[in-house]
Formats: sequence, structure tokens, C-alpha cells
Amino acid sequence: MKVIVDQDTKVIVQGITGHQGMFHSGEMIKFGTKVIGGTSPGKAGQKVNGIPVFDNVADIAHLEPEATMISVAAPFVKDAAYEAIDAGLKLVYILTEHVPFHDSMEILYNARRKGVRVLGPNGPGITRPGKCKIGIMPNTIFRKGGVAVASRSGTLTYEIVNAITQKGMGESTVIGLGGDPVPGMDFIEALELFNADEETRKIVLVGEIGGSNEERAAEYIRKNVKKKVVAYIAGRSAPPGKRMGHAGAIIERGVGTAESKIKAFEEAGVKVAEYPIDIPGLLE
Amino acid sequence: MNLYEYAGKEIFRKFQIPVPEGYVIASASELRPYTSPVVVKSQVLIGGRGKSGGIKFAKDQKSLESAVKELLGSKVRGFTVNKLLVEQMLEIKKEYYLSITLNRTERKANLIASPSGGVEIESVPESQIFRKSIDPIIGYSDFIGRQLAKFMNFDAELSKQIRAILPRLYEVFQKYDCELVEINPLVLNGDGRLVAADSKVIIDSDSLFRHKEFPKEDPERTPLELEAQEKGYSFVELDGNIGVIANGAGLTMATLDALLLHKGRPRNFLDLGGTDSTDIVVEAFDLVLKANPKVILVNIFGGVTKCDTVASGIVEAKKKYDIKRNIVVRLSGVREIEGREILKQNGIEAFSEMMPAVEKVVKFAGGA
Repeated sequence: MKVIVDQDTKVIVQGITGHQGMFHSGEMIKFGTKVIGGTSPGKAGQKVNGIPVFDNVADIAHLEPEATMISVAAPFVKDAAYEAIDAGLKLVYILTEHVPFHDSMEILYNARRKGVRVLGPNGPGITRPGKCKIGIMPNTIFRKGGVAVASRSGTLTYEIVNAITQKGMGESTVIGLGGDPVPGMDFIEALELFNADEETRKIVLVGEIGGSNEERAAEYIRKNVKKKVVAYIAGRSAPPGKRMGHAGAIIERGVGTAESKIKAFEEAGVKVAEYPIDIPGLLE
Repeated sequence: MNLYEYAGKEIFRKFQIPVPEGYVIASASELRPYTSPVVVKSQVLIGGRGKSGGIKFAKDQKSLESAVKELLGSKVRGFTVNKLLVEQMLEIKKEYYLSITLNRTERKANLIASPSGGVEIESVPESQIFRKSIDPIIGYSDFIGRQLAKFMNFDAELSKQIRAILPRLYEVFQKYDCELVEINPLVLNGDGRLVAADSKVIIDSDSLFRHKEFPKEDPERTPLELEAQEKGYSFVELDGNIGVIANGAGLTMATLDALLLHKGRPRNFLDLGGTDSTDIVVEAFDLVLKANPKVILVNIFGGVTKCDTVASGIVEAKKKYDIKRNIVVRLSGVREIEGREILKQNGIEAFSEMMPAVEKVVKFAGGA
């Protein structure tokens, strides 16, 4: 099944001449992703990692890109997302951190109106081993297999994916939802995809403090998911009212504690790992 | 970022949301002569000011002067009072609750109201709370106000007043990138007007690039947290004795959790972020050393941030700051072997797995 992207997905990078855009477009190509172009206003005609640079997304539209990775500064993310939606792209992945959540909200609802999926902001993207990678996950940690991962964290995902691979298992799809309070995609949307995907046999959810996304995911699993699901929750030690790095990782008015999330998962039959490294053991 | 009550009310006034007449003072010399009964309110970013003695009433010049003298410079629940809001006293006939906030689950703004105002909304039974999602594309429209007025049992006059306030409140929420705009209580005054007796406005810190009118100072953060923020680090001070440097918010949180499960007590949260430079590592050590922990744990999963870069940074920091306390390092991922070799040559122990590193550092710290 095509889970958001596959080996034929044509990808562009908005902000390709920036530090991140330059480095990660090269890494994506090495992974096998079809990166067909990039944008950077005023820099049309240049090449980055052999990829042609254009001024505007409209100038690449004839090559029929399907997905974009947005790596521009936070104040310009909204415009970049709308530019991609206007050009008919179907996946808008936002790498940028510190996007105001009012912008994220507006982008998300306008995207939905146009049938466009948003991933991020402030997440590592999506990787499907052997097929396609859009984003910044390290190329070397993956192996094709039957475990799907959805996560609100970046580095922690790499740690867990690496542990899964080292134990001789592999991954079907790994999705980074991002660390913001208003993510384009949430656990339930990821679970719907993993549940329907025949290549996915087991599912890992990596949550953290803040909001009630994990609690709702637990409810969804109880009702709809027959595949094995295991989880890890970061932030057991976090004090209330403090943002732990991610804009979304904060316990506010008693909502969003690790205890509540762990309890919800356990009640839904989802085993929760004490340490990230315990995930492969729970999957076996 | 939380705004002080007076700053929130200034915004309300600008958007014609009724607030009591008043003025702010930072010293007794700014006090205007007494004319009518007033409330003197400490400007601190914490709830429950009234109960903690941070709000005083004055019915003559003498009591006004003594209230100002007593409150300025005092501490309300640990927060120093640097400013006072001197406000015309309201004749409270009824107190309501009104707010607009982000509902993270719905990924939409919610309008919340209750006929039981003046107390924390969390303590109000759900049956007395009106909640309405605001569609981000449609925005606020008068039908929402009519629903709210009906729930609150408002007569035609109050309905008219609240429906004038609501679109302006939503405008404030949108225009200032708010996480929360709250009026608690919204008072029905003796003269029949609805008046915002308090204000709580929280602005999304990520939006401050387009709200340059607000100062960068954030009284909720410690000086060290502010310094770290200036330098681009996510940093939170905690009360333990193990300094922590990790990369990625999730992994940093997981590191603190693992320490705690091993009866270790972290001194801080520090996320290096996704950069690959020794300078970033050296500067991170500078910050952590300022927090004066007994030992330091570095936990890195290399990707964009490469393990050998971090290792070189650690060696450089150890020399630069002449660090004598124990440093325990875990390096895994991109260029981990090179990284561990660099550390070994400089006499620093490095693990490839997280748990042995955690156990070791807790031992050094004198825990478990």
C-alpha cells in the first residue's frame, strides 16, 4: 500500500539553497528519493546536489511534483505552504521549527479544504525503507520490515528505530509527527494508515507529555486496531508548566502528564516501555 | 509569554472591550490623588493574588497611600511586585467567566464561558460551562454569541453587550497570536455594564517576531534559562545535581526520565538541537557549568549532529573550563567509533549504550 509516499513520489524542496535544504536534499537522493527540483527565490538556474533550482514552485509544476519539504525560516512557512498547495502538491511536510501555531492552524485547515496532507511542523518527516525518505532522518538506521513507527520526537525516533533494526527487525513506515502543539498529522491519522497497510504487522507509538493525543490514540486502538501496538512516553520526570524543548511538550492545568498517557495505553492493551531501548523486546 | 494584567487590559481597551478606569505605577511618586474608591492590584504573573494579600482596597487617600507602600516591592507567592494597577472599584452584581484558547485535541480555538466566574474554571462543573469550537476558516460569527448568551441566560441588553465583546476578543486572540485570552471575572457592574475586571493574555512565544512591541524579558524564566534561550538552546533548570546535555527534545526528556528511574536527580534539561559544531557543544558546557552540577552526563544519538564533532567539543570544553568533575558520555549513531576514540585519548569514558552511562553517572552523583 502507498502510505503517504512510495518509490514513485516526486519531491521538491522549498528553501533548497539553505544549510538544511542543501544537506538533506543530498541525503534524500542517496536514500533513493526522487528529488526533482527545489526553490529559492532569485536563484533559478543554480544546481544543488545536481538538482535544478527554481524561483517559484509554479516553475516546477510541469514536472508534476507530489510532495514538498519546506525548509524556510518560520515567518515564511505559511506562504511557502500556500505556494505548494496552490501549485497542486498533495503533501506539505514542514521541517521548520518555531512556526507560530496560529499559522499552523491556518495552514492545516486550508490544506484540508484542498485535500492536501500536512506533516510537521518541527518534525523529522517520513521514511519508508526501500521506497522513499522525505525529511531528515539518518539514512543508515533503517531496514525494510514490518514495524511501523509514529513519533512526536526526532532523535528519540532514531534511537528506537536503530534499536529495532539492530535486533534484526525492520520498518515499513516511520512518521515523525513533530513536536508542536498543532501538528498537521496526529497519532490517529497515522494509526489509520498503519492499520490498513498490509506490510505493517506491528506498530510503535512514541509519545511525550502535552495535550491528549496519546489518550485519544489509545481509545482508537481499543476500538479499531488488531495489530500489536507498543509505546514509549517521554517526560515522566517533567515538572508541570515547563516546556521541555518542544513547543508542545508541556503539562498545562493538569493535562498532558506522562502518567495519564501511560495509563490510557495500558488500559487499551498497549505495553509501554520504561526505557526507549526496551521497545524491541516488547515487539518480540 | 504571559502578559501582565495591565498590559492585557491595555490591549482590551484598544479593542474597545470595557475595562475599569485605571493607571499603572512603578513607584509611590506616580500615585494620583484619591478621588473615589479604588482597588490596588499587584502585577504578578500568578493566580490567587487576592487570597495571598496582593490586592488591596482603598476608600480614602490615607488607605491608598498605605496600600501602595505595603504592596510595592513586596512578594506575592514568591514573585516580586514591581508594578501596581490602581483601578476604579467596581460594584459587582455578578461575575462571569469568558475565554478563548487553543484546544490542542481539536486543533481549533475554543470559546469558553460560564455563569460561574471569579473562580478557577477547572473548579466549575462541566454542566455550567459553555464550549464552542471556532472553525479557523469561518472564524467568529454572531450565531456563536447568540448561543453563548442563551446558555448564560442573558437578557436582551446583556446579550447585546456580550455580542459586542466577543468578536473583539476573537480579534485579540487572532491578532496577537494568543494561546489564551481570558476575562475572569467578567463583571456585571452596578451601572449595568459588562466590564473585564481581570485579564490573562498568553502570547505564543514563537510569534514574537511579528509582535515587536513586547519585551523579550520573561519573568517566568530563570536568568540562566533566559541566557540559554538567547543563545538558541532549549534549557530548563531543575533541582538535582546531574547536569545533562543531550540532542533532541525527546531524547533529552528520555534521558532525564532514565536518570529519575535510577534514583538520579537531573539539574537541567539541555537540548543541543540539530547542529553539527563543536562551538555549540562548548557553549552548552558553559551553561551547564553555570548551573553547578556535581557531575555531567552527555547523551548523543548522532545523525545531523555527528558523534566525533560532539567528542571534540567535549575535549575542548574540558580544557577551556578546566573541568574536574566527572563527565560521563554516551555516543551512538553517526561516527560513534571515531567519537569514542577521541574521548578515550583524552581520558574521558564513553559508552555506546544509554543505560550503562545513566547507571555510571548516578553512581558518581552519589545516588543509588
